[in-house]
This record gives sequence, structure tokens and C-alpha cells, in this order.
Amino acid sequence: MHLSSDIGIWIGAFLTLGIFSFLYRDNPVYKFCEHLFVGVSAGYYVVLTMISSVWPNMLQPLFGHFSEGRNFLLLIPLVLGILLFSRFFPRGDWLSRWPIAFILGVYPALRITGFAQGDLVEQVHGTILPLWVPGDVGTTINNWLLVGGLVATLIFFFFSKEHKGALGGSARIGIYFLMVSFGASYGYTVMARVSLLIGRVMFLLDDWLGLLRF
Amino acid sequence: MSGFMAGLRTLDRRWIFLAVGLLVIIPLLFRFHIAPVVPSHRARGFYDAIERLPAGSTVLVAGDYDPGTRAENYPMHLTAVSQLMRRNIRIIGIELYPAGVPLADAVLRVVGAEYGKKIGIDYVNLGYKVGNELVMSSMGTSIPKTFPVDSRGVPVARIPVLKGIENFQQIDMIVSISAGYPGTKEWVQQVVSRFHVPMVAGVTAVSAPEYYPYLQAGQLQGLLGGMAGAAEYEVLMNHPALATRGMDAQSLAHVFIAFMILLGNAAFLGQRKPSKG
Repeated sequence: MHLSSDIGIWIGAFLTLGIFSFLYRDNPVYKFCEHLFVGVSAGYYVVLTMISSVWPNMLQPLFGHFSEGRNFLLLIPLVLGILLFSRFFPRGDWLSRWPIAFILGVYPALRITGFAQGDLVEQVHGTILPLWVPGDVGTTINNWLLVGGLVATLIFFFFSKEHKGALGGSARIGIYFLMVSFGASYGYTVMARVSLLIGRVMFLLDDWLGLLRF
Repeated sequence: MSGFMAGLRTLDRRWIFLAVGLLVIIPLLFRFHIAPVVPSHRARGFYDAIERLPAGSTVLVAGDYDPGTRAENYPMHLTAVSQLMRRNIRIIGIELYPAGVPLADAVLRVVGAEYGKKIGIDYVNLGYKVGNELVMSSMGTSIPKTFPVDSRGVPVARIPVLKGIENFQQIDMIVSISAGYPGTKEWVQQVVSRFHVPMVAGVTAVSAPEYYPYLQAGQLQGLLGGMAGAAEYEVLMNHPALATRGMDAQSLAHVFIAFMILLGNAAFLGQRKPSKG
């Protein structure tokens, strides 16, 4: 056993144990750790955004380099950014709608084009597969499963006609495919949560207590 | 038997927390081995894609995660940077998670020291930029204008590793280490589909099923899912480390949770029977 002499590790260990204490029951130590986390995170994000984005991408090109040419177009995002703060003043809060309208216009357009190119077209393309691959039974079965599962699942989400007869049967097969995917997702979720616990336990046993030997 | 089932239905959940905790601590402390880690074709795809890159290539490593998923993402980030540096590939790091910068800096510093690589010459971390997809889209036009300075505040014009790098045309591959949004999905949508840059991804287990279609469609060359994926990758690199060490605890806890789910369902079914009669 080799206890850490780093004060940062000790603070981290105390906060980890404080958060874990919630597993027993809610308590003041947990609440202190939770509030500390929220406060520190908010402060960290504000400062980081200022020094990594607002200053180098906007303020410095506008006001920093006196010897170099300035990009006065950046005044537009600067003004729009300032207008967002008008929400704090009831008499002028309508001014914040301008930058919000700009965000609402640009952001969905960017995401929709990205989705159309990255998901819709490419994913449809990815399911156009040969249903008979000579000399490769495994790939043939896989392709049948993929195409069959896709069609059956799409039928399950087709609500313009009552799910009866062949349509109902296909929709039911679609449900089975969906359930398998939910099961796989759940298994992965369990794995993810256990991994996070392992990470914290490794921190406590190794970084803090020095009990592990790698 | 019915008494046991009734006891299960009223079991204090803290006993389960305690059991899971012990099942994680004991294998880590006593280092016993349950099963070997066998690399999947997904992890092999990740490894092979980097191996195919010629020395001197430039790779963008996006460390889009924070301490919340450090246990899963950090080992795969560490191993990916090791493989890139071992192959003398130039690295440009960026992060779209605010708290990801110190982690990416640590990975580059630790592995860089191991392989004798110099910051600014062999690798650079451009740091965090607010804007999610907008940052990716803007990098397609100009990386130096999107990131005028690196994470240390050094202007990019003075960084040798970035010489000649204007946009994604000069990037040979993207390695996305992702915890969710913004991450692998957005890199595929905004960059892979538009600029046709090859990409591999290491993601958290909880988000891994979301990316299988990208792998199947060839939009991703390889995929590491959670700690298991990171462990497979470490085995391929012949360097078992953090993730491999955690896999025995992972397996034990997983089996226990599966067993408890079965037991819980059995107890629930036992409760339903009398009401039928």
C-alpha cells in the first residue's frame, strides 16, 4: 500500500466517496459534492469558452492586432451575441429573438443536410445488398437477415393501414428485430455503467491507495 | 421457495450495490483471470485502418469525451495515439467537449514522451471550440481560421506540424474517440459524407449500437465499443493495459447483473401466479 501524497488525488477521492455515499441514502456530504460539481463545472465552461472561442475567434481579430487588418464582419456575431443578454431586461427582451432566430435558422439546416448526406442516402445505399453470394453462405444469411429485418421493422412503423394479415405478420417480425436491438442496447448500457464504476474503483485503489500493480 | 421469492421482491437494493461493488473490487485487487480477450473484426478494422496509413500521414484525433466517461474512452484514446506515434504519423488533436482538453493533453504528453515525439513538430492539440457541428463544418473551409491558436495559445501559423494543413483535404484519417453528442455521429454526418475522409471510432458502450449501421455501410472502417473494445484494441497492439485489466471485473459484474435480472423476473412471475387463480 502506497498512499498518494498529491492533494488533488485526495480531494478527488473524497468527492468520489461523497458521491458514492448516495447509494446508501441521500446525505449532506453528497449534496455538498453535487453542488460543488455544478458550480465548478459552470465556472470552468464559462472561462474555457471565453479563452478558447470568444477571445481568439472574435475579440482578438476585432480588437487585438492593431498592426493587422481587422475583420469587421465579426461585429455581426458580436452584436447578436450581446443581444442574447437582453433577456435579462424585461423591456428589451424581444431583442434576444433576433439571435435566437438566427440560431434556429442555421442549426437545423446544418443538421438536416448532414443527416440527409450521412444517414439517409448512405444508409439506404448500405442496405442494397446481394441476397445470394456464391460460395459464401454466411454473408448470404447475414444479408437476408439485414434486408428482411429492415423491411419488417419499417412495416411495423407503417401506420396507414391496420396491422392485420400479411402486414400484421411482418410487423410482428419487425417487433422481434426491435426487441433484439433493445436487448443489445441494454447489454451495452450495463457494460458502460459497470465500466464507469471500474474506472472510479481503479482511481481509488491505484491512484489514491496505491494498492494495484500494473 | 415461495418465501425466498417473496424475500427477493422486498430485497433492499443496497445489497445489490454492495455485491456489484465487491465483484468489481476483488478481481482488481487479486488479479485473477476469467477469460482471454479475443479481438473482434470491429477492433481489427480499427487497428488495420491505422496500420495501412503510410508514415508521415496526418490524422485528426477528436477526443470528444470528458471525465464522466474516462474509464471507457481514455484507454482507447491512449492506445490509438500510441499506434499513430509508433507509425510516425502526425497528430492534430481537437476536442468538442469542454472538459476533454486536459485529458487529450495528458494522452499526447504521456505517449509523446514514450515515443520521443515533440509538441508542435510531431503533434499538436488545437483544444476546445464551442459550436459542435458548426466547428466541423467550418473546419471543412479552413482549419487555421477555425482554430487560430492551439490549446496552449500558440498561433497556428507558428506550429510546424500544421504547415500546409488548410482543410480536410490534407487530413488522411479521422480518429473519433466519442462519448455521445457531439461526436462520432456528427463527424460521419458533417465530414465523412461530405469530404470523404476515412474514419475510425472508439465510443462508449452505451452508444455503440447506434454506430453499427455506419460500420456496416462502410462509413466507419473500424469501431471500438466501450471498455471491451478498448481491451480488444490493447490486445491487438500487444500492450495489455487499463482496459484489459478491468475486463475481469467487467465480466463478473455483467454475469451477476444478468443473473439478478433472471432472478428478478422469476420472482415477478411467482407474484403473478396467484392472481390468475
